[in-house]
Amino acid sequence: MTSLFEEVTPTGSGDIPVTRITLTLNGVSRTVDVEPRLLLAHLIRQGFKLTGTHTGCDTTNCGACTVLVDGTPVKSCTMLAVQADGHDVTTVEGLAGPSELHPIQEGFKDEHGLQCGFCTPGMMMTAKALLDRNPDPTEDEIRWALSGNLCRCTGYQNIVKAVLWAATKIQSQADGGGEG
Amino acid sequence: MVLDEIKIEGLGASRLRVEDNRFIRGKGNYVDDIVLPGMLHMEILRSPVAHARIKSIDTSKAWDIPGVRLVLTGEMLAARNLAWMPTLSYDTQAVLATDKVRFQGQEIAAVVADDPYIAKDGCDAIVVEYEPLPVIVNPDQARAPDAPVIRDDKVDQTDNVIFNWEVGDKAGTDAAFERADVVSRIEMHYPRSHPSPIETCGSIADFDRATSKLTVYMTSQAPHIVRAAVALVAELPEHMIRIVAPDIGGGFGNKVPVYPGYVVSILASILLEKPVKWIEDKSGNLISTGFARDIYLKGELALRQDGKILGVRMHTDSDHGAFFSDAQPSKFKIGLLHAAFACYDIPVAHLTAQGIYTNKAPGGVAYRCSFRITEAMYFQERMVQAAAVDLGMDQAEFRRINFVRDDDFPHRTAFGFLTDSGQYAKCLDVGLEAIGYEEFLKEKEEAKKQGRLLGLGISTMTEPLGAGNSREYDILGIKMFDSAELRVHMTGKALLRTGAKSQGQGHETTWAQIVAHELGIPAADVVIEEGDTDTAPFGMGTYASRSTPVAGAAVAMAARKIRAKARKLAAHLLEASEEDIDWELGRFYLRGAPERGVTIQECAMAAYSNMPDGLEPGLENVAYYDPPNLTWPFGCYIVTVEVDPETGVWDVLRVVAVDDCGVRINPMIVEGQIMGGLAEAYAMANMQFITFDEEGNCIGGNYTDYLLPTAWETPGFELHEVVTPCPHHPIGAKGIGECATVGGPAAYVNAVMDALRDYDVRNIDMPLLPDRVHQAITERSDISGAPPVRME
Repeated sequence: MTSLFEEVTPTGSGDIPVTRITLTLNGVSRTVDVEPRLLLAHLIRQGFKLTGTHTGCDTTNCGACTVLVDGTPVKSCTMLAVQADGHDVTTVEGLAGPSELHPIQEGFKDEHGLQCGFCTPGMMMTAKALLDRNPDPTEDEIRWALSGNLCRCTGYQNIVKAVLWAATKIQSQADGGGEG
Repeated sequence: MVLDEIKIEGLGASRLRVEDNRFIRGKGNYVDDIVLPGMLHMEILRSPVAHARIKSIDTSKAWDIPGVRLVLTGEMLAARNLAWMPTLSYDTQAVLATDKVRFQGQEIAAVVADDPYIAKDGCDAIVVEYEPLPVIVNPDQARAPDAPVIRDDKVDQTDNVIFNWEVGDKAGTDAAFERADVVSRIEMHYPRSHPSPIETCGSIADFDRATSKLTVYMTSQAPHIVRAAVALVAELPEHMIRIVAPDIGGGFGNKVPVYPGYVVSILASILLEKPVKWIEDKSGNLISTGFARDIYLKGELALRQDGKILGVRMHTDSDHGAFFSDAQPSKFKIGLLHAAFACYDIPVAHLTAQGIYTNKAPGGVAYRCSFRITEAMYFQERMVQAAAVDLGMDQAEFRRINFVRDDDFPHRTAFGFLTDSGQYAKCLDVGLEAIGYEEFLKEKEEAKKQGRLLGLGISTMTEPLGAGNSREYDILGIKMFDSAELRVHMTGKALLRTGAKSQGQGHETTWAQIVAHELGIPAADVVIEEGDTDTAPFGMGTYASRSTPVAGAAVAMAARKIRAKARKLAAHLLEASEEDIDWELGRFYLRGAPERGVTIQECAMAAYSNMPDGLEPGLENVAYYDPPNLTWPFGCYIVTVEVDPETGVWDVLRVVAVDDCGVRINPMIVEGQIMGGLAEAYAMANMQFITFDEEGNCIGGNYTDYLLPTAWETPGFELHEVVTPCPHHPIGAKGIGECATVGGPAAYVNAVMDALRDYDVRNIDMPLLPDRVHQAITERSDISGAPPVRME
């Protein structure tokens, strides 16, 4: 990160050891100095200012903070930022380019798979990992794959439909057809 | 040509949600996403014990930590007369504890620092000395003669009783029970639960000394109530307070009250003259903010042998925790519990209720519920099933006999509510048909021969949604009306603001559909803003399924005012008199010459560019709506289960929901609300509860102990609809957000009880955990109360 100037604060810096890490975030290599105790979720949110990754429970239960680390869904509230050194991290902001939508995003909107939207980014990242390894999942496989992500609004039925919708769309795109 | 209302996404269109466009991109704007220049971070130190006198608080080590900017204690608040604040139920609540702590998780001190990690370090460095006091965790302990008085801060409080309240006709009810052929009795506990939105509570207070303006971004379902409360408590002028509720990650009632964290962040910002952010962690949310339920029932039905209910008698003991901070209309001490049995034609009823202080977190919030309606309907439907069993009657038939009939409306209930519409028997029939009632009864008998336990549970109820009319409904004296302000721009596009506040209900989508219906302006041309008290008209917010009944009605009324003015503009444009002009969707035309007309968009342009002499320019209006009555949706929920007698595990086979919420603005969103409610109902019945050990330790203070159902456990849902328009709502709609949460739990529990009919089990209190069901089967006995906690 470049800036015209950086203020050196009198507190915090001096005694606290920092570790330099380099990770790939949504396809771009980023190098930062972090406190060893900094959580990956907080690095993403406060450090990189990507606020699509939400923190819900701090205890690895709710899954709102799910990101992909080397393609595997990880609850970023329970991973230290230093552990991401050398790894590839994808957040909801990396699902699609600025002017396009990933089929999973389209599916969630089309099937009313979200209400308050807070669990949605984590849900979609977990769904992405599922569809990457299993492009044609059954309803049960979707429910099992998403069982680490809590939603309080929807009752899950439409989330399952959203993932099925996305799977169909991705398949049709892969087949070269699709409705665009 | 008349506009196609579905094409412009008016009433009845399953319009895809506008707000999703940002949520699916991770571009929502929740409180924790907001960063202000120079912002500091606050953490709260909470009590590890449930009841203790505070001997000392040493904050010196916290002050020593580099980056700590402020440490606040109750003593410092007391010096500013802010150590206590009023609750929404005319009680007081400690902001930061001064004399003693009264529940585990109570707020003791706050640390403000450069980042949240340092603030947490600061909390860890505070040393508090406690002198333990005896702990009270249930109403029986609270009423014991030697029980310590929890609220010794209140001069007049000599015991732990908060209120005794009654409603109904005692003498008449007693007489009905004298006449009864059969009296059916059942006792139950509705366990303590927590709404637990995935997003916790939080705020950013930003006091600007230069302008004297206080802006607070916060997770509030009712920002205008907060502004009023801050004005009254902190004695800040109301016009210098701006409350902004941005996107909210679920509310379910949890984000109605004013919590100490908000108040302390405001004070910290005033003292430091910097923005102060407080984001609660999950444990803080679960152990200290508005819980729900925790209420015991003694219920009795006076029955005639032929199945007619002659009278209802109910007594409740409710555990409110250490501060009576229920968010509810001030006239009713135990919420709308007396809406119980509203769908049944019952001559007479009597309810007594006692409220109790205990050493537990305060709350009594309406968790996806209109003020204790969830408890009312659960008790009602469990009592109904027990009565049907006592009479040896079919549970569906017993309900049918007692339903208020379609031609009996308006109907005054035994407790005094006025229901106005419904087709109860039809909803039941649709449900029974969908589940295949007769076939299931046969299947159940067949299964029994193989040692398998099948059960079917029904829950039917009407509930009062949309508080409420100003004669009876207020919070802290503020009448529960709501509002909408509609501005139509010159090109026919529009901006709508309401006093409600969406937390996932989809207002940005559905309010525009009401405007489309009323004015013919395509929904896509209407943008919605909510949650900013500087711009939104005054409203009481979103909870208790009141958005569509009250604010939604205000939207329609504001649009009608716009249409009335547009008619004058149309008359001017058509060079005709107003009386000769008719309206069709989106267009005024000459009665005698329908081809001569002007669109609403042309009227809008005229309002800014070509108005007749004497007509005020512009096309804006505001409507405040005071509903004549509550709305009365009806729900019929039918669940089938199979119970494994070896393990006590029960699996849901099918869930059928028949909802009559009147006219559906957006069927897709309505169904989303119903499914969400059915899942929460399943959660209550199956796993979701908060209990306490005898030392007052909260069991359920994190998501490992407080079980919420995932996609894996949650059953699938089959939805059906019946439409009986609300007779007094401008577009015939009724509330829907909470119906399934309210009516659903009894359907699941009744199904399990039905499966256990042959085991002499009358009641298992929720949650129906496998071990409790197994114990009931093996011991052939009821299981009562909250699940006990083993002390090890």
